[in-house]
Parts: sequence; structure tokens; C-alpha cells
Amino acid sequence: MIREKVRVKTFKINGVDVTGQSNQTILEVARDNGIEIPTLCHLEGLSCVGSCRMCIVEIKGSREPTPACTAKIKEGIEVTTNSSKIEATRKMILSMMFSERTHTCSTCVANGDCELQNKSVELELQHSQVPYLNKRFEIDASHKNFVNDPNRCILCTRCIRVCDEIEGAHALDLAGRGLSTRIIHDMDEPWADSQSCTSCGKCVYVCPTGALYEKDVSEEEVIKKRGIILELVKNRGKY
Amino acid sequence: MENSPKKLRLATIWLDGCSGCHMSILDMDEKLLEITPFIDVVFSPYVDAKEFPPNVDLTIVEGALSTDHDIAIIKKIRENSKLILALGDCAITGNISAMKNLFGSDAVLQKGYFDLADINESKKYPSQIVPKLLDKVLPLHEVVKVDYFLPGCPAPYKAIYEMLKALIEGREINIYEYTRFGK
Repeated sequence: MIREKVRVKTFKINGVDVTGQSNQTILEVARDNGIEIPTLCHLEGLSCVGSCRMCIVEIKGSREPTPACTAKIKEGIEVTTNSSKIEATRKMILSMMFSERTHTCSTCVANGDCELQNKSVELELQHSQVPYLNKRFEIDASHKNFVNDPNRCILCTRCIRVCDEIEGAHALDLAGRGLSTRIIHDMDEPWADSQSCTSCGKCVYVCPTGALYEKDVSEEEVIKKRGIILELVKNRGKY
Repeated sequence: MENSPKKLRLATIWLDGCSGCHMSILDMDEKLLEITPFIDVVFSPYVDAKEFPPNVDLTIVEGALSTDHDIAIIKKIRENSKLILALGDCAITGNISAMKNLFGSDAVLQKGYFDLADINESKKYPSQIVPKLLDKVLPLHEVVKVDYFLPGCPAPYKAIYEMLKALIEGREINIYEYTRFGK
């Protein structure tokens, strides 16, 4: 295999000249330079899929916003991370996440440790800009330790990625389309019947909301070991 | 603040919520004494007023909209109030009150008045005096324009105090310093 040569690229973020390597994403270079771009589905140590669209940025000359976590840098591009249009779009995307499912946090085990909640504060989203859909999904509480509540799922696919990329089991995947999309185990079997799930719990640790949670744990006791993934990757010498 | 010429005409109302946010207002305790010289409570569960009055400066609304009565009163509140403050998660997102949306009002009535009822001689849902349930519980902003949002379940007293103080003093505050959804 011919490996593409890594080159240094120079471009602009918010009018400031920055440099990065050609295999880096806009998000990586922005963070290297202390420029904050909000993310949600992104998790240090896992691959980037750009599913949540929180990290969208404007690239001069491009009509559509681009997710910074998957876009590789290019020489001379002009990136804007915080225009009023981008900020309004992010709020709308966040509104859609809140309205698609039922994020009634007062009964949620992740309450207070929920990245979706945090994002609403960070982006100053005061209320949903679109009506709530009130769609109900069945909860899978068959597993002896864990529960899958699709009502709180934002389809970030962190659980799928961690199971595939870190645990190596690929017990989880998506089923259905659009608003009906769900996280499933194996061929959409109850979690307890999954042949490939190792019950390691990594999917639960990386879940940004209360969609995947540990049984018999109260709100105060919830521990999300999101940082553990990066540690595992480092231990394997891949970072 | 001391020379404020006119008192703020304040109304509060409890719609589909648990009254926890109204409890939070009372939880201000001695800070209420700081606030009261600047406000006139003209309509509220705390005072005996039957009709929602005109020319209200600020109406604090707790709870979501779940009945035809709620819809009628919130429209009247909007007409008669300069500002509306949505207090607590039910008013802002529907929250617990809106959880029945996942099943529908009919399912809830069936459960409450038939499945779990020991006595229901009329074999009917109540249809007189009590307001009619909407198909869906709605947050305030889906029906009327809301000026301020103060989240929390219940909204913490400190956040309500800081909000009222800021409104009396005519300055802006960042409410997220004091509260957030689900808090």
C-alpha cells in the first residue's frame, strides 16, 4: 500500500492563520490552537462519524455547513466556527434532538451528568425551537446489568463505535431509518440474548445521555467513565 | 431600587405542574421581604383573586398546558401581561406533565377512571366542571410568546430570587449561573 505523504497545510480559522498536518481534521487543528468547537457524538479515542452535526463550521465558498470532526484540512481554506448563522443552526439541531425523543431528565439516571443537558446550557438553548414529537420506544431491560432506553438516545453511535473499535465485539448497530432509528443488539434481539455482547459495559460508560445505563444505580451514583476509552487506546500504543 | 416609583404588578399561576416551583418561590424565605416592597401580587395561588386582572407587568407561569382551560387562560395572560416568565421544566419542556403524551390522554383516563378505579358508578370520565384534557400536553412557548425561561425541577429559589431582583432593577442576567434543566 502506498502511504500518502503527510504534508503541512496552512489555512484560516476565524481569520487566524493556523497550520496542521494534512491527515488532521478541522476539529483537531482547531483544538490544537485553542479554538473551541462544540461536539457531542465525538469522543476522544473513537473514530469520528459526524452524526450529531454539533461541530458544523462554515467553509468559505461552500454553501452547506461542514462537520469539523470529519473534514480533513486543506491548504488555504477559510473556516468560520462561530458565525450567527452557524450558532443558530446548532441550536436548531439541538432542538431537534430534544424534540425527537423524550428527554424528561427529572427521572433520568444521567441527570446532572448528561452531555445533552450540558450542551443546551453551553449553546444557551432556552427551549426547543420545534414541537415535541412524543414518540415512544420500548425499553430493553433484559440484560442483568444494563438497560437500553431508546427514548433518551440521540443516535450519536458512540456505543456502536466503542463496541466495534475498542472491545472488538460489534454487538451493537443501528436498525430502522430516520426518526425510527434504534440501537440494537445483534439481529435486534433482547440485550440478554445477544451472543456477541461481552457485558463489558463500555457502551454504557460512553453514552452521553441516559439511554444506556447501569441497573440499580441512583442518579447520584452514576459514573460515566468516558475518559477510559482514550486510556485504553493509549495503552495499546495507537495514539 | 429604593426610589422605584411604581410597584411591579406581579401575577403567578400554577397550571399542569406539581406546585413545586411555587414552593420554591416561598423557599426564598427572608429574601421575600427584600422583594415584596417592589411588587404587588395581583393574581396568584397565594392571594384570593378570582379573575385574571388587566395591566399585569409580569406573570410567572408554572406548569405545562394540558387542558382547554389552560389554553384559554394562557392566552388571556398573554393579552393582559407585559412579560411572561416560564418557571420550571414543565412550563418550558412539558417535562413530567408531558410524559403522558407517550400514551395519549385516552389511555391515561382509561387507567385512572376505569382500570384502577374502585368506584366509578357513572361509568364515565368526568366531563363537567373539570376542564377537558388536550390530546397533547404542550410547553408554554408552543402556544404563546414567552419572554423569559427559568428552568429547573423545581426551579431553585436562588434562581427565582436573582431573576426577580434583576427584573426589578432592570438589568439582564445569565440564568444558567443559577439553574439548568432537570436541576
